Amino acid sequence: MLTKRIIPCLDVRDGRVVKGVRFQGLRDAGDPAERAAAYEAQGADEIVLLDVSATPEGRGHALDTVRRVRAVLGIPLTVGGGVREADDAAALLDAGADKVGVNTAAVRDPAIVSRLAARFGSQCVVLALDAASTGPGGWQVVVRSGTERTSLDAVGWAQQAVELGAGEILLTSWDRDGTRAGYDLELVGAVSRRVHVPVIASGGADTVQHMADAFRAGASAVLAASIFHFGDRTVRDVKHQLAAAGLEVRP
Amino acid sequence: MMPEVCVIRTGSANLASVVAALRRIGASVRITTDPDVVRGAERLVLPGVGAFGAAMDRLHRDALVPAIREHVNAERPFLAICLGLQLLGPSSEEAPGVAGLGLVDTPVTRFQDGLIVPQLGWNLVEPSPGCRLLQRGHAYYANSYRMLTVPSGWQGAVSVHGAPFVAAFEKGPMLACQFHPELSGAWGKALLERWLAASADVGAVSC
Repeated sequence: MLTKRIIPCLDVRDGRVVKGVRFQGLRDAGDPAERAAAYEAQGADEIVLLDVSATPEGRGHALDTVRRVRAVLGIPLTVGGGVREADDAAALLDAGADKVGVNTAAVRDPAIVSRLAARFGSQCVVLALDAASTGPGGWQVVVRSGTERTSLDAVGWAQQAVELGAGEILLTSWDRDGTRAGYDLELVGAVSRRVHVPVIASGGADTVQHMADAFRAGASAVLAASIFHFGDRTVRDVKHQLAAAGLEVRP
Repeated sequence: MMPEVCVIRTGSANLASVVAALRRIGASVRITTDPDVVRGAERLVLPGVGAFGAAMDRLHRDALVPAIREHVNAERPFLAICLGLQLLGPSSEEAPGVAGLGLVDTPVTRFQDGLIVPQLGWNLVEPSPGCRLLQRGHAYYANSYRMLTVPSGWQGAVSVHGAPFVAAFEKGPMLACQFHPELSGAWGKALLERWLAASADVGAVSC
């Protein structure tokens, strides 16, 4: 049986881990390689590293950051942020990523998903999908770190991206991200029912109950940042509680 | 002296992770597409992330197929990872009509419908009693295809995704893993260390 995955997320800006509410008011949360190694030691199943640098200079640090994380990390590493073309993905993979996340560029040019899948395999291609609620049972895709709404239906876009070759969906609720109000379970359920690839629930985790709820709604994995970065809980604590709640996790 | 491991560049997407993991266990890593280097290699790694057909094309283009066959047929220290394991088979449903290396007798087939595919995540590996390198524990997988039976002449381990499938198989200093030992945390690191130690017992030519 595949176990349910717990994935700490490192938002990295100019080579440092940061975290803020809705990408604003960023707080420093340490060195990426140190954080990644600490999370592996706590039992994290995977690490997602999102480069949220605002400038090209900042983004220039990303490859170096990936190399430093890879040198110490013995679990999978997904890297997203700034992937515009297959060559960007190739550079991240060469530096030590195992999977690459693509977001805005895929909305602009869906064929990039196919190009990435053809070159690296679907299991390497993670569609990062940021969704905002438009009312009960409806969500639209937002891009450019939430600064731009699109007319795309989020569930339909997830399905299209999988048909194009995405092997996993990193599904972030824009309404919940950083709020600690819990994952958007309806969104997780709607996307999980539509696609056959794993869905990673993201945005809003505060309690272990939120995570258990996301798994029961259909998520294969949950992503969390704030809950782990500021010492509230370790990954190990979370896994013990999930196991006690009857969910299968890697010990 | 650090043991040298030759890693074949198959066009695999996560070569850096394989190299980093081997370095962490004290190996010196040489990446190659040169058949002569492969022929002289004491320890050979065939990694793989990507597509069966494209990977076989590349092995043929680089004239590596005979050298890999000689190495495995001589039962020299060998590690195949993910697609690398699948390439050992005679064929794969991923690339109908493309011949694999044919070093083991089990064909590669796609996970059945109705499952989450690709299988991405950690699954329990359960070795048969005859395994010496493989131990019970959780390993990280990223695959859409798999073998259903352990090849004849090898000791194997299974995991379950919908139904049991081949997690890995071993024979002496040769190990083929459907999962990614380089991404399987402390358990994977310990497995790589056992493989490296087993390969040290063999005492072969230098790379």
